[in-house]
Amino acid sequence: MTTDTTTKDTAPGASAPGTTVLDARGVTMRFGGLTAVRDVDLTVSSGEIVGLIGPNGAGKTTFFNCLTGLYVPTEGEVRYKGKVLPPKSFKVTAAGIARTFQNIRLFANMTVLENVLVGRHTRTKEGFWSAVLRGPGFHKAEAASRERATELLEFVGLAAKADHLARNLPYGEQRKLEIARALASEPGLLLLDEPTAGMNPQETRAAEELIFAIRDQGTAVLVIEHDMRFIFNLCDRVAVLVQGQKLIEGDPATVQGDERVIAAYIGEPLENDPGAAEAAEVEAAEAAAEAEAEDEAATDAAPGKENDR
Amino acid sequence: MTTQTTASTTAAAPAATTPTGLIGIPPHIGRALATGGSVLAVISTFLAWTWTSAFPGNLTVYGYPGGLQVLVLVGGALATLFALASYGVKGLGWLTPAGADAAVKYATLGTFATAWYTVLAISFDLGGLVNLEPGGYVVAAATLIALLGALALPFERPEPDPFDPDDTGWERFKHNTGHNLAILRAAFAAGSPRPVRALPSYAEILIIVAVLALALVVFTYGIGTEYDELFVGFLITAGFGFSALHRSGLITQASQITARHQNITVCGAFIAAACFPFTQTDDQYATLGVYILIFATVALGLNIVVGLAGLLDLGYVAFLGVGAYAAALVSGSPSSPFGVHFPFWAAVLVGAVASLVFGVLIGAPTLRLRGDYLAIVTLGFGEIFRIAVNNTDGTSGPDLTNGSNGIASIPDLKILGFDLGVQHEIAGFTIGRFANYFFLMLLITAVVVLVFRRSGDSRIGRAWVAIREDETAALAMGINGFRVKLIAFAVGATLAGLAGTVQAHVTYTVTPEQYLFAGTTPPNSAFLLAAVVLGGMGTIAGPLIGAALLFLIPNKLQFLGDFQLLAFGIALVLLMRFRPEGLIPNRRRQLEFHEEDDAPAVLSKTGA
Repeated sequence: MTTDTTTKDTAPGASAPGTTVLDARGVTMRFGGLTAVRDVDLTVSSGEIVGLIGPNGAGKTTFFNCLTGLYVPTEGEVRYKGKVLPPKSFKVTAAGIARTFQNIRLFANMTVLENVLVGRHTRTKEGFWSAVLRGPGFHKAEAASRERATELLEFVGLAAKADHLARNLPYGEQRKLEIARALASEPGLLLLDEPTAGMNPQETRAAEELIFAIRDQGTAVLVIEHDMRFIFNLCDRVAVLVQGQKLIEGDPATVQGDERVIAAYIGEPLENDPGAAEAAEVEAAEAAAEAEAEDEAATDAAPGKENDR
Repeated sequence: MTTQTTASTTAAAPAATTPTGLIGIPPHIGRALATGGSVLAVISTFLAWTWTSAFPGNLTVYGYPGGLQVLVLVGGALATLFALASYGVKGLGWLTPAGADAAVKYATLGTFATAWYTVLAISFDLGGLVNLEPGGYVVAAATLIALLGALALPFERPEPDPFDPDDTGWERFKHNTGHNLAILRAAFAAGSPRPVRALPSYAEILIIVAVLALALVVFTYGIGTEYDELFVGFLITAGFGFSALHRSGLITQASQITARHQNITVCGAFIAAACFPFTQTDDQYATLGVYILIFATVALGLNIVVGLAGLLDLGYVAFLGVGAYAAALVSGSPSSPFGVHFPFWAAVLVGAVASLVFGVLIGAPTLRLRGDYLAIVTLGFGEIFRIAVNNTDGTSGPDLTNGSNGIASIPDLKILGFDLGVQHEIAGFTIGRFANYFFLMLLITAVVVLVFRRSGDSRIGRAWVAIREDETAALAMGINGFRVKLIAFAVGATLAGLAGTVQAHVTYTVTPEQYLFAGTTPPNSAFLLAAVVLGGMGTIAGPLIGAALLFLIPNKLQFLGDFQLLAFGIALVLLMRFRPEGLIPNRRRQLEFHEEDDAPAVLSKTGA
């Protein structure tokens, strides 16, 4: 799908829509005898939201870690805007891929603003001497960083809490702060690891809005999530990972209707199971209705109604 | 503490009981007793407490308090002021922005402790209570009355948790003890102080000057205490007095004011410190001053490594040693194999660069390790340095450091024709050799403070804190963890080397045995770390105060003798149990360790 949104406020790391941002080819990750990820291909284009789903233990987070340099893939390569990613996570961030963590990893004892300022690290250069000597360049860079950080806090709606300690924020706001911190590094691709885990429906809605807003600024987004409704509403494309292998990739409707996906999540349906078809129908209809009611993403999800098999 | 049992029974019927004190005296009588007792204690310091001047400090004179009596006088005066403020006496309201009762309790407790310590010390030293003059009995009685009165002051009792009927006797006992502790804590707790009024800035600066002057007086008094008893009394009075001031809310207000004028406060603190040699008539205590300053400066350098970047360095004193040896080798000392005599600026550069090189050499391979491993490697490096220096004596190794004899007779420094080794007359004050070095060392301290403040509040400082908080997340934020940690390590090493260059000249001699991991005399690695932890990690004032205490206590309390390290260990364990964030807590740390307290959510920039 192509984005029809007008990128009025383009993020600094963004590139023209449609170009391939992330290109993972044949990524395989082995831990000793265990193959956690096997030969996974995935591409993400700019201005796109791609979802990565799969049952627990399917290797989603491992694949994420391969993309962010925490792990070096045993085989295969990951390219970001045509360049092979360096094997260190801080270099990956400098290259333009930022991430959040499944279990929130904020700097708990730093303030909200400081957390975002840390995210600015790769985009500023002031070193030790500059800090000690405090020339005009230092003050200018510091002021610019603060301004950008404050903008980001306004963007995620935390500007009023800039001086609070990160640990004292409520759960949903910690998630938002993590996103703001990741955005501070001006990424071209944002990786979100279960951004709505533990959120209530209202917070999930807000997170969805936020991710659309990030996409609209031109940043590509790759999301791992368990919440199916969330992912099918949100994503332009969804890839399913089962036991370390990519099962299927496609638009939400296709994926939602795929038998293998349902089998992977719920288990194999019985032969001639009388309830299964109806159940799937109801579920799909519900999802579609939900999507329709909620936002314009429904225009993509609506064709999914035909998938009543 | 028999009253607590009644408290837990009344709690069964949660009626709004009027708050009572720990002791069953009506509060108004208690308040009167506290005031009267404190006044009486003040008066009693003008009486003779003992008949002979055999007890140090001469407490035999009527009308002129001496020695420990002065401390009781100060404590009593403080208690009296707080007690009068608790009556709402006009003009004293500013003393107690957070309520007077808790402050009265602490002040009377401090006065009581000092007075009874004095009386008991007299009885023990001179062999019996008969050695007390009436004044001694008066002060004992007066301070006891004041304390009892203060304990009768009302406070909000915490609600006891309900009992679980299935509890065993032991659980019930634990439950009761816990509740009693909570009551005790509540008895001494203070309310939150009202925010300080906006004053014209000249008034605020005057307040800062007054606070700094007070600090200088207290420090000078402490360093100048001539005998063990007086120093113990000083510690008791200062400790409780500080707590009383803290409970009254004055300290909080003062730190709010200093936070508004951080630069003025820092400059003022250095001016106050520079005034110290002028308060001394001879070089005896200036010696202590300069040693404290060396120790404190190195501790502050370590605070960058430990407090900001969170790298546990157990061999830090080795960098001091590298700096000192480097300076000694180029100082023109006859025991140095190099027959060169560098000017001071060049020696400082050599010392700092040598430490920097060693810091990078040690850091580069070890900083890839995390946590405990780094601590072990640095501990090993500290020992390697000492042993290597011991062995490079020309027989077991190359002739470089003169082995265990060290490099002796290091000449005094001459800076721009100013000979630091001789006395100078400045404005009528005699400034001796150690006072000269005190000034020089103060400059080095200023450099370290500057580096600490500026680097801490910058991109690199935030990266250090981020690494300390969560290394994985910091890496994912694009921070080159290894590089940033190496910078912290190298900066810390360089600053220690800088202090080492001055230390070599102050002590005349550098030997390997000055740079141990643990010993009875600071600076050594264990004491340095203790000074940082005791004072408060990540702050500037913390390590300075921690170092001063850790230097003065073993130095003044010689009678502890072989038990010094034991006492030190016990004190450290107790401190970590009850105040893990250190004496001067970093705001972050305090929140980290006291999560359960409803701490203010906003982190303001308090404390210099």
